[in-house]
Amino acid sequence: MKIDYREIGLKVGLEIHRQLDTRHKLFCECPTTPREGGREIVFIRWLREAQSELGEVDPAALFESRKRRMIVYHADTENTCLVELDEEPPHDLNREAVEIALTAALMMNARPVDEIHVMRKIVIDGSNTTGFQRTCVIALGGEIEVNGKKIPIQTITLEEDAARIIEQKPHEVHYDLSRLGIPLIEVSTAPVINSPEEAYNVAYAIGRILRATRRVKRGIGTVRQDLNISITGGAPVEIKGVQELELLPKVVELEVIRQLHLLKIRDELRSRRVSEDDLKREPIKDVTSIFVKTSSKILRRKIEGGGVVLALRLKGFGGLLGLEAAPGIRLGAELAGRARAWSEVEGIFHTDELPGYGISGEEVMRLREEVGAGDLDAVVIVAAERERAEDALERVRERAIEALYGVPPETRGARPDGTTIYLRPRPGAARMYPETDIPPLPLPREYVEEIKRRLPPSLDEVAEWISRRYGVSKQIADELIDSEKVEIFERVVGETGIQPSIAASILVEHMKSLRREGYEVEKIREEDLLEFFRRVVRGELAKEAAPEIIKWLAQNPDKSLDDAVNALGLKAVSLEEVKARIAELMEANRDLVRSNPGKAISVIMGELMKTYRGRFDGGKLYQLVSQAVYGQINP
Amino acid sequence: MSNQDALQGYSGEIRALLEGAGVEVGDEVEIRAGDEVYRGILMSRYELADPGYIVIKLPNGYNIGISASRVTSIRRVAPAAKPRFTPPPRPPQKPGLPKVVIVSTGGTIASRIDYRTGGVRAALTAEDLLSIVPELAELADLDARILFSIYSEDMTPDHWNMMAAEADKLIRGGAEGVVIAHGTDTMGYSAAALSFALQKPPVPVVFVGAQRSSDRPSSDAATNLIAAVRVAGHAPFAEVCVSMHAWHSDTVIAIHRGTRVRKLHTSSRDAFKSVNSEPIAYVSGGEIKINVRNLNPRGSGDYRFEPGFSKDAALIKFYPGMPPEILEAIHNLGIRGIILEGTGLGHVANKLIPTIRMLVDEGVFIGMTSQCIFGRINMRVYDTGRYLLKAGVMPLDDMLPETAYVKLSWCLARARDLEEVKRLMLTPIAGELGERSMPAIREAAVA
Repeated sequence: MKIDYREIGLKVGLEIHRQLDTRHKLFCECPTTPREGGREIVFIRWLREAQSELGEVDPAALFESRKRRMIVYHADTENTCLVELDEEPPHDLNREAVEIALTAALMMNARPVDEIHVMRKIVIDGSNTTGFQRTCVIALGGEIEVNGKKIPIQTITLEEDAARIIEQKPHEVHYDLSRLGIPLIEVSTAPVINSPEEAYNVAYAIGRILRATRRVKRGIGTVRQDLNISITGGAPVEIKGVQELELLPKVVELEVIRQLHLLKIRDELRSRRVSEDDLKREPIKDVTSIFVKTSSKILRRKIEGGGVVLALRLKGFGGLLGLEAAPGIRLGAELAGRARAWSEVEGIFHTDELPGYGISGEEVMRLREEVGAGDLDAVVIVAAERERAEDALERVRERAIEALYGVPPETRGARPDGTTIYLRPRPGAARMYPETDIPPLPLPREYVEEIKRRLPPSLDEVAEWISRRYGVSKQIADELIDSEKVEIFERVVGETGIQPSIAASILVEHMKSLRREGYEVEKIREEDLLEFFRRVVRGELAKEAAPEIIKWLAQNPDKSLDDAVNALGLKAVSLEEVKARIAELMEANRDLVRSNPGKAISVIMGELMKTYRGRFDGGKLYQLVSQAVYGQINP
Repeated sequence: MSNQDALQGYSGEIRALLEGAGVEVGDEVEIRAGDEVYRGILMSRYELADPGYIVIKLPNGYNIGISASRVTSIRRVAPAAKPRFTPPPRPPQKPGLPKVVIVSTGGTIASRIDYRTGGVRAALTAEDLLSIVPELAELADLDARILFSIYSEDMTPDHWNMMAAEADKLIRGGAEGVVIAHGTDTMGYSAAALSFALQKPPVPVVFVGAQRSSDRPSSDAATNLIAAVRVAGHAPFAEVCVSMHAWHSDTVIAIHRGTRVRKLHTSSRDAFKSVNSEPIAYVSGGEIKINVRNLNPRGSGDYRFEPGFSKDAALIKFYPGMPPEILEAIHNLGIRGIILEGTGLGHVANKLIPTIRMLVDEGVFIGMTSQCIFGRINMRVYDTGRYLLKAGVMPLDDMLPETAYVKLSWCLARARDLEEVKRLMLTPIAGELGERSMPAIREAAVA
């Protein structure tokens, strides 16, 4: 399907989050690097939001508080202290982080605030032990230019990263606290982006500016992109947590398809004269008896566990639930997503997808009969404990009613394939109040001017410089920058003295192609790469061993270079051994050496490479063999 | 809490500027600074912050400070919206629940936030408490009252008397449990005081506080309070005690004896620990688990109300290099009794001994406790201890220094002479003295 994004009035705003590479966290002295091996502490908390004076019920807060989950925190004493445990007031705002954020802000022509006020933004899903995220505006009103178009930057904020979720069960959620408190910069654009490609280009441009500070973190998990997407006739939908830049256009495209699909269904429902009142009046019916002998495993398990099967007829929805606009984009998935998120049910099915999942045609017939569903009607069933099942079907009803009006405003989470899943309702006005434990921090003009004078070069300038300094092409230099390898490249060349072109080709080309083959090369530690190049320079490893070693390390991220060398049988080989072996092969091919030296060299090389590939530099090997062969001929 | 100043925290020229513009905190304002225009809600300013800035809340909820030196104009766009909170109706009272009264003395056990102005307001009525912590309605027929509202560091022996009198009044009025909400800094002192004033009470008197303020979602206030009300209304024992987190988890609340508890951490939820003894109970999973024997049973007929605390007692921590004149100076203030927090088994520098002897001769009570906090005094092991004994210092066994101070204040208010003070100080009254010292139990019942 070709979509004219201008025609449909696409508007996208981006929020780019990126971890800062500071020496310590935003509000304590814990390191920001992942470390393990300290004492692990596991503790349990509950969060309850204080009532608001305004007495308004925030839909997003209600969503979380209804779930009332037990929160289990896992803390490692190597990188968490009492501050992350919410057992000690925050220390002073990290000045290093403020400086990095200010640098980025000034590079985007934003206006720093005169005085920074740290706020508490209520978040009660457990991702912050305090129940709020500490966040502050650093600058307002910036602007960047992307392909000739001016993109306003509304705010640049500095905030603490949240804890990482490690396990989720119906009434229980586990978080690891290592990440909590790492400084995060957030750059928000105005909703002026009009196409999926532009979303990519803007995110890319902002990413390059952030990286030009040279003080942001690199690698997986250090960047997260949120989007606000709307189309004409649709509603603002917030999509959270896109980790890969390359995924952005797809997320936008799929969201547009989803919203268009929902609008189409709305029109169809209207033409079928489906009414909100009918949906509201529809009773929920107990249909457990139909499924007592079902061969659906999940239904049986729920019934045997004391649960029930409840059904809700959706008058006029027949055929619309299963209609698929793109893989995974169906109204049925929306209903189920809503019910799962609010009521945490597993067994939910609708008649557009039945018979199936072990549910027989006869059972579907009896179900339809029981609830009086005609051909144009759909039926949704849920198997769970009665209260939970009822609750889930009320959510289904609510979502079905929203379908009459098109696109509901909501917060969705991005999945790795670019599709999204319902997370929670859109929050009302941000619930923020001042963090009184941290005094306001003035930013004197002179200080801001000083940072302005020392702004780092843009990445374009850096690429030029890399190209000149190391004698690599501008294209290679750009690739080093875009693949976030420029820092390690400079370290490798600077610390090992390896030829820059070799380092660049391994870091850019080899890594890229291996990544395309599905190896998680991001997981390889910089120290191991550095050590690899060091050994190449010392002649202990051959550069040809790079692909093997990179593959192995990507598959064994917990292991070291030594382990890789051992596992791959790449133990270093001495020059003497190689020379002795060459002499042996010369002897064995004595006739050929005399009759056809060229052929002899390639035969001997072939033999040698069988044993020495990756253990001895190929070029050097060739040189030795040539010398031996031609030395024999022309003594 | 409520404040009448319409421009709270603003002073000098900025205040005049704001007054001139006719704006008040909470108003929506438009501020021009150079060629920039800011729109937002005028916020109050922290009293101690640099006075040169105006704080506004932007429409996205963030506060920022604008340097007053750049401001060219201030205009009121709209007046402040008044908070319009109406608490939800009181949850239906379950019949047959014990009558428990919550007495507030300061701090906030529950609060509401005005996200518009950032203001945090204490919720102190029974209705408020029940609407914020609805679990309480399942536990007790609740009543609440405000006795006073002060920081716990501002408490004096007079406040102990007022708290004791209030608790006594409630007990005589039929309360089946009393909960006293108290700032944590001196909660241990107050709990000790009421332990001496309310001897063998017929119902529990439970102190409760919070290490994280109640406006935070992670506050320990609600869990501590729920446990306190449970103990007050349902515990089979009737002791003056303290209800606070046992560890970092919200799952276990420790109930400490009022004379044995000390705040041992500045900020952590598990700051309160029983010293030289075990918590008398734990509350976890909705149950009260009794941890020690020989507790005063609920409804015992031996209740005695013994109020009265003197201001003539002092608590002095010895430190290396302490000059004897300090003790003389204290005596000159009219102090009639001193609790020394000595080193180790109960020592102070030998240089102080002549002064101590002099004070004792003049009728001043001097009792010895240890700054080790944990363990028992023994002044017969070393020479210094023996000399101090000879000088008339009374070893106070395994009593906590703070408890010894409170007890001395109580003794001075009722004893006729030094001999009676000495006798009372070593008479066990409220579990403040223990005969046996037990080894520490590793990882208590918490893990």
